[in-house]
Amino acid sequence: MASARGIEAHGLVREFKNVKAVKGIDLEVAPGEIYGFLGPNGAGKSTTVHMLTTLLPPTAGTARVAGYDVVADGPKVRASIGAALQEAALDPWLTGREHVRLQSSLHGIGRRERKERGDELLERVGLTRAADRKVQTYSGGMKRRLDLALALVHRPTTLFLDEPTTGLDPQSRSALWNEVARLARDEGVTVFLTTQYLEEADVLARRVGIIDLGRIVAEGTPEELKAEIAKPTVEASPEEPSELGAVAAVLEQFGERTQGAPGRVAVRLDGKGDLADVVRALDAAGVGVSNLQLHAASLDDVFLAKTGHRLEGAEDDAAPE
Amino acid sequence: MSHATPWTVARALAWRQMRILFKNPSLFVPPMLFPLMSFTAFAGGLSQMRHVPGFDFEGGYTSFQFVFVLLQSAAFGGVFTGFGIARDFERGFARRLLIASQRRSGLVAGYALAALLRWSMVAVMLTIVALVARMEIGGNGVDIFGLYLLAVVVNMLGVLWAAGIAFRFRSVQAGPLMQTPIFMLLFLAPVYVPLGLLTGWIHAVASVNPFTAFVEAGRGFISGDPYHSAAAFGIALTMAALLLVWALLGLRRAERTAA
Amino acid sequence: MNQQSLPHQIAEIASRSVKRTLRQPGVLIPPLTFPLMLMAVNSSGLRAATDLPGFPTDSFLSFFLPFSFMQGALFAASTAGTDLARDIDTGFLNRLALTPMRGTALLVGQLGGATAMGVVQALVYLGVGLAFGVRFESGVGGVLMLLVLAILIAIGWASIGVWLALRTGSGEAVQSQFPMLFFLLFISSMNMPRDLIEVEWFRAAATLNPVSYMIEGLRSLIIEGWNAQALALALTMTIGLVVLALGLSAVALRERMART
Repeated sequence: MASARGIEAHGLVREFKNVKAVKGIDLEVAPGEIYGFLGPNGAGKSTTVHMLTTLLPPTAGTARVAGYDVVADGPKVRASIGAALQEAALDPWLTGREHVRLQSSLHGIGRRERKERGDELLERVGLTRAADRKVQTYSGGMKRRLDLALALVHRPTTLFLDEPTTGLDPQSRSALWNEVARLARDEGVTVFLTTQYLEEADVLARRVGIIDLGRIVAEGTPEELKAEIAKPTVEASPEEPSELGAVAAVLEQFGERTQGAPGRVAVRLDGKGDLADVVRALDAAGVGVSNLQLHAASLDDVFLAKTGHRLEGAEDDAAPE
Repeated sequence: MSHATPWTVARALAWRQMRILFKNPSLFVPPMLFPLMSFTAFAGGLSQMRHVPGFDFEGGYTSFQFVFVLLQSAAFGGVFTGFGIARDFERGFARRLLIASQRRSGLVAGYALAALLRWSMVAVMLTIVALVARMEIGGNGVDIFGLYLLAVVVNMLGVLWAAGIAFRFRSVQAGPLMQTPIFMLLFLAPVYVPLGLLTGWIHAVASVNPFTAFVEAGRGFISGDPYHSAAAFGIALTMAALLLVWALLGLRRAERTAA
Repeated sequence: MNQQSLPHQIAEIASRSVKRTLRQPGVLIPPLTFPLMLMAVNSSGLRAATDLPGFPTDSFLSFFLPFSFMQGALFAASTAGTDLARDIDTGFLNRLALTPMRGTALLVGQLGGATAMGVVQALVYLGVGLAFGVRFESGVGGVLMLLVLAILIAIGWASIGVWLALRTGSGEAVQSQFPMLFFLLFISSMNMPRDLIEVEWFRAAATLNPVSYMIEGLRSLIIEGWNAQALALALTMTIGLVVLALGLSAVALRERMART
């Protein structure tokens, strides 16, 4: 069931003693939308999530989640949201099923419905067989899945996921993505997803907000953001390693040098020519290349353009820890 | 090419242990606090025990308890070092030590030296508190030297026992194995009254407990009436030799499995 | 029962607390073995104390048995504190904060594990004491009263553990405070009746120490019979401790769980 309202924040600020972790966030998430909140460690992502989930009162600004004010209507907000925060936050001595039971009981779900709902959720996240084992025996992926199940126990209309796939293997990550996408698509759940993984934001989110140093520096759909940058990257490998300098000299006529793989030259095209022009220039210079690739602009490029540095998770994208 | 000797290794390791201690003053707290608490509770709370008929000790009850607590602190000071060794293995630092040390027997000496240095600070504190509490000292300089020398040997016994356990188990989970035998040896000795006033099973156990010899010799030193001191040192040094073998064999096992 | 009523919430949190306490042998066994070891050693080692003029009993074991309950209570405090500190550390407290759970339910329910521990410990110490010849001057009723008082004392000290956890948020910090609590135990009438403590400052400290009254209340049931004053003082101190600690915990919880 789609919620009447999604998430709205106006001028949200959070200070801790002498540190302003969040310096004024404005955002709007439509009901049923998956919104990606992208930023490096320490950018203010988790602090923002804590404010929106009522765990932390804002120092200034306002926010409404599922139609309720996060300060004035805290209990109503909490009744409408589910959250899987950065830590898996599980008790190693309880079983998966006991966790579900505790969570549903605290949410006031009746005994009969509690059991049915528990069985349904455990099956949905693939933990039926492990349900009666203590959580300390679970893998990282299983813990994250249980975490998600617990967030869904009371059928929230809005879901907060704070770096839900950090540390997961590709298979577990993919399974979690599928479930999140299904929740938004089939059940109309609004999803606020924070992540360091560009691929995750790219794949899942309809819109992305990039946060750095406590402020949103860019916002839009991934395609809009990349188009704004509109700077694909050309990467070339010289036929002879000794010709690396010559290849670089040609490519740098078309844009700024950027980080490439070892032994390769990478340049971000800045409108002075396209791939065909690059090929002609290399021919004219008599420089041979064994490999020439064109990479479309990535969210990392967007991040770099907006903040002047790369997102830490960019290197980890292909191979999570 | 390294020209390290066991002494070089020992010195380097002891330096590292002391640095950790000075950077983390909170590590001082348990080895300092428990002896002080015991001393306060026993000497302060149980001083009436000297009026028990047959309580045969020249000095006051404060010095009677001081000896026990001094030896207790020495023994447990050694055990705390064992925890440190186990932690080093758990965190992988021990592997670095094993690789870096040309003369690995120096590692045992290094931990022991650090234990002694740390305990000596506790001993100074304890002595000051006891003197402030007007502890009676009947012994002369030689006697008092004998007392502290005996405590040093007891400290070594604690280190060597705990080190042997730590080398074999390489985990702080073995803490109870390090502590419990020492605790039992300490408390199955004449803690509160002289041996002659113990009755029943505890008298029988205390009579064969080597720690009884140490406590009685120590009390003899402090009261100026040395009592079987040679026997006490003989037992202590024999145990030290055996426990040194125990610790070194444990180190050998650790070398084989931890590297 | 209304699924969201306070008693229901307390029951759920308590149930979890009991389960995870009883599932940790490493938490259950030391509080049973250590006090019993000390009981054996001290009751034999200090037997001569019963020869002192004015010593209230000729069985030092009977005199010393209450100390085991006090030691057990400190273990309960350590467990309660460490468990809650772990919840804070792992974010489990946040998970609970996102439910309709009331703060009171958390505080009171968290003591469930300590209560379970207190019951098990009390039964074991009592059983061992009785097996080794301890006789209750207060009869069967006194045994029951001792159990009730011992469990209350465990709850009282567990409340202190909860407060320490909420204040520090760290299991290590909680553990590091415990030497101070042991100090309270040492500076009491645990080993000697207060009127037989010679050293004046020690006697004065023991007189001011609420632990002395808890021990004396338990002891009175064993060696004296029904001593209304001793029991009243023990209950007052214990209930006072629970009220104080839970009050402080409520303040600490409000600061820590800053939810709107």
